Amino acid sequence: MKFKFQGKRIGGILTVIPKNIRTFEEEMGNYTASTARMKRMKEVMGYGEHRIVKPDTCVSDMAVFGAEQLFSRGLVKKDEIGALLLVTDSPDYFLPPTSNIIQGRLGLSEGVYCLDMIQGCSGYVIGLLQAFQLLEQLEDKKVLLIVGTTLSRKVSPKDRKTYPLAGDAVSISIVENCADDAEPIFAEMRMDGTRADALMIPAGGFRTPCSPETAIEHEDEDGNIRSLNNIVMKGGEVFNFMQIDVPPLIEDILRTAGKTKEEIDWFLFHQPNKFMVEKLADGLEIPREKLPSNIVSHFGNSSGATIPTNICFNLADKIRENSFDVCLSGFGVGLAWGAISMKLGPLRFCEFAEY
Amino acid sequence: MKKIIDILQELRPEFDFTTSEDYIEDGMLDSLDIVSLVSMMDKEFGISIKGREIVPENFSSLAKIQALVKKYGVADEV
Repeated sequence: MKFKFQGKRIGGILTVIPKNIRTFEEEMGNYTASTARMKRMKEVMGYGEHRIVKPDTCVSDMAVFGAEQLFSRGLVKKDEIGALLLVTDSPDYFLPPTSNIIQGRLGLSEGVYCLDMIQGCSGYVIGLLQAFQLLEQLEDKKVLLIVGTTLSRKVSPKDRKTYPLAGDAVSISIVENCADDAEPIFAEMRMDGTRADALMIPAGGFRTPCSPETAIEHEDEDGNIRSLNNIVMKGGEVFNFMQIDVPPLIEDILRTAGKTKEEIDWFLFHQPNKFMVEKLADGLEIPREKLPSNIVSHFGNSSGATIPTNICFNLADKIRENSFDVCLSGFGVGLAWGAISMKLGPLRFCEFAEY
Repeated sequence: MKKIIDILQELRPEFDFTTSEDYIEDGMLDSLDIVSLVSMMDKEFGISIKGREIVPENFSSLAKIQALVKKYGVADEV
């Protein structure tokens, strides 16, 4: 589906990251592969530090912590919020919606529209598209867009395909209306549910509830150990999806927006690992310095939150006073892939907070 | 050919890559090894193998790997 919006912008971004830092070196012993192979993987994939929540931390905890900072510092007022959108792959409960829990804990008014969206790596793009649509109804009110994950809690520490890249984060963006003469925003989302099993947690929903049987660990053909309660990724399939399906989408969105690759200042993409992002940049013939790939090395892959984490980490010192032509792209679970061509900045705030 | 074998041996010294006819089938290279192999060949030969070509079929034998890098101008004798 294609989208075009006028007079919408991101006003500011705060990314909340856990204080707990784990390193690949201290976890290498958990995997059934030689140290030499693991060290090579570290270099190629960019594994370094990743941020992992405590076992009892939920998305709502980090979201409330971050939003309260915004309110207490006057970066946004409670009565300016018209809608609270949460995009996550790790809700607090099946019911009630986690967005309602956050609204209640923040003391927002009953008039605030709350909505949960269960999405993964394309979550920031999907969240922005929903926010832009809601702003048509909100006039001078703003959308509190919360995109985040605590999915490390569902990743087996003995699975070297997934655990080294796992990272937790919750990002809060203020999305708002602005002057109608601003440059239009162009976006597109594509979905393919026939490949839904490329990235999934087999047990825990209504199809296969968690049970003592689903918690039994097993070893796959590559020596990775996990249970049905853990996330499982078909690495090769996901890699091919990213290299084959994402580039045409980027080419199409730029064509629709009437932009050349040279005119885009920053390509701010989801970051599953350094190798995949660098190959994507090479395949698109985009200079690697315009497509940052350093998020997994410093924070881990925080699913839908990698794009705002990327913005806070790589652009914070520039974006408060400047405006850039950017291309955002998220891709993964679903499978789903989307892209947005828009102006980004100046942002009133663009920073991290540790929880 | 020799450089490719050297890289494979460095990657997985426990295997003999000159005798197997299917590295994937024989469990000598998994998907993460292929990623490492691509990275090492990119560096060694000064190329960038395209993402869409990083599929197991292109890395299942010495001949297949050689055919792949040849597309990037790497001579047979390497």
